[in-house]
Amino acid sequence: MSAPESQPVGLLAQFETAADILHAAVAVRDAGYKKWDVFTPFPIHGMDDAMGLKQSKVGYFTFCGGFTGFFFGMWMIWFMNKHDYPLVVGGKPLFTPLFAFPVSYELTILLSAFGTIGGMLLLNGLPRLYNPLFKMPRFKKASDDKFFVFIANSDPRFSDEKTRELLQHAGASSVEVVED
Amino acid sequence: MSSAAITAGGAQPAKRSRSHADPQPAPPKLVVANPPKELEREPLVLNGRSHAWITDAIAGICERPMPKWWWPAFILSFGGMGMMFTLVAYLISTGVGVWGLNQPADWAWDITNFVFWIGIGHAGTLISAVLFLLRQKWRTSINRAAEAMTLFAVACAGIFPVVHTGRVWFALLPGYLIPFPNANYIWPQFRSPLLWDVFAVSTYGTVSLLFWYVGLIPDLATLRDRAKNSIRGALYGLFSLGWSGSNRGWSNYEKAYLILAGLSTPLVLSVHSIVSFDFAVSQVPGWHTTIFPPYFVAGAIFSGFGMVLTLMIPLRSLFHLEDIITTRHVELMCKVILATGSMVGYAYGMEFFIAWYGGSPYELYAFKNRAFGPYWWAYWSMITCNVISPHLFWFKWCRTTMWFVWCVSIVVNIGMWFERFVIIVTSLHRDYLPSSWGYFTPTWVDVFTFVGSFGLFMTLFLLFIRFLPAIAISEVKAVTPQADPHHPLGGAKDHHH
Repeated sequence: MSAPESQPVGLLAQFETAADILHAAVAVRDAGYKKWDVFTPFPIHGMDDAMGLKQSKVGYFTFCGGFTGFFFGMWMIWFMNKHDYPLVVGGKPLFTPLFAFPVSYELTILLSAFGTIGGMLLLNGLPRLYNPLFKMPRFKKASDDKFFVFIANSDPRFSDEKTRELLQHAGASSVEVVED
Repeated sequence: MSSAAITAGGAQPAKRSRSHADPQPAPPKLVVANPPKELEREPLVLNGRSHAWITDAIAGICERPMPKWWWPAFILSFGGMGMMFTLVAYLISTGVGVWGLNQPADWAWDITNFVFWIGIGHAGTLISAVLFLLRQKWRTSINRAAEAMTLFAVACAGIFPVVHTGRVWFALLPGYLIPFPNANYIWPQFRSPLLWDVFAVSTYGTVSLLFWYVGLIPDLATLRDRAKNSIRGALYGLFSLGWSGSNRGWSNYEKAYLILAGLSTPLVLSVHSIVSFDFAVSQVPGWHTTIFPPYFVAGAIFSGFGMVLTLMIPLRSLFHLEDIITTRHVELMCKVILATGSMVGYAYGMEFFIAWYGGSPYELYAFKNRAFGPYWWAYWSMITCNVISPHLFWFKWCRTTMWFVWCVSIVVNIGMWFERFVIIVTSLHRDYLPSSWGYFTPTWVDVFTFVGSFGLFMTLFLLFIRFLPAIAISEVKAVTPQADPHHPLGGAKDHHH
């Protein structure tokens, strides 16, 4: 079925309802696991707290993008219209932040958006070309109507029996070994 | 079920110290009566549909062969698009003289069409960003298609200002509009609102595309997981970037989505404000007014919701999506049209008042000429469509009868096209001296280029519903009661609280 060198990488447990997965996440968190994740077809309200996740860091990337966009815009307009090729048009000043504002503002938003999306992809490790979970037939339902917990066996607290017991006790409808 | 039980602190998961094995004594229950019947809201997904049903209903559209009407519609739209590009080629090879514009009306249908299309786009961003920030959950059923509409409308809008320059290569080559070192050693001139417009519209197009794509990633993963053949699987897999639905992923994703909504909101307001600066910053009577930015933005949302309804009413019935795009959704959109239509009506009145109150004879003349001059028919078409027709939506029957709403949505779009035509042509066609007066008449090239732009718009939209989920699958699921871990349908049991 699988390649001869395939190794188990962890346990995948399926849950049937949003409440079950939330309670399972609390149980896994409280048992002290670190290398694990929850897979749901849509974001579940309260799951970040249930998993003990910190606030996402995407905002820092947004700020860097926006900061760059605004000051690059201002600098670009100053450089082009006042410094490199000064040309009086309509008796208006060669540079003021006022007429430079609309373009700098648009560049702030443009680069903030680039920063946000780039940051989100970077933090999520996307694009990701390979994921052993996608080999599990059940896991196709993770984007439909089922909920999953995956605990990696590289987690220091992982043990085949105890982890399986924890997941089953939390209400899993199935627990399977994921191989890579 | 007669009363909802809420426990103190029960909505938030417990702190780390409260371990699973060591349950705390149950906190006292707080019993809250259900709200009165009149205050209860209709559910956003009707008939208690399951998550699997939602996936099948939406993803199924782009998996099954298209229904019979799709091909004739596509061929017709594709023909329209071909006609537009042929006429654009004719214009570029011959010159802008093939259009009817000339001094003094040197802007006419070109800029009218540009503002018309860009305005239509604004409803998509309003739905996806502003309603998201305002926590209007009903947006989830319509945001995907509305955002797609935005992109396609911006694509149509972009064509007109580019080709109206005549020698198009000067507009498109880097160095003229887009700053780039070039052989003339000259830079774009940033004091002109026309250049601000270049940045505003291109930023708007780019950010709208990115926002739309980010929203699509989880749904593309759904299509990947459902794919029956390897080509579909590979393509949807490629564009879903390996999305797995992990909660660590969702956490960053939701933050990014919220920030993008926060960025798109000032963006959408700035874009149509800057479009209005193309007029308001000039000295032309009828254009030189401070009311333009808010008035243009309200008009844009008004026309955009008109177009959303024009597209969504057939979509929901042709694909049997009445349980997801419900009558309540249509009714709410009608209310937005009523609100923004009233703002537009107010702006028309206020413009006239200021023209009189401001005491400038040229300004007053421009407005008298608008309403009673040679273009009176355009002005009164605009008033009928934009000021009178939205007020039909005060009546519930008008908001809930689909064919009627659809007809009004068409009327709104006609009215908003006339608004831009009236603003542009009536302000220009009589210059200060009567010797410089003229009357603009479109040529057949003007007319068919505009008609053809609908072909481009519909071609892109039909391809969109053919290949991509037209409704945001994961977002619709997230607003169902089953998605709420604290709702009985989400599996919440009383003893867990």
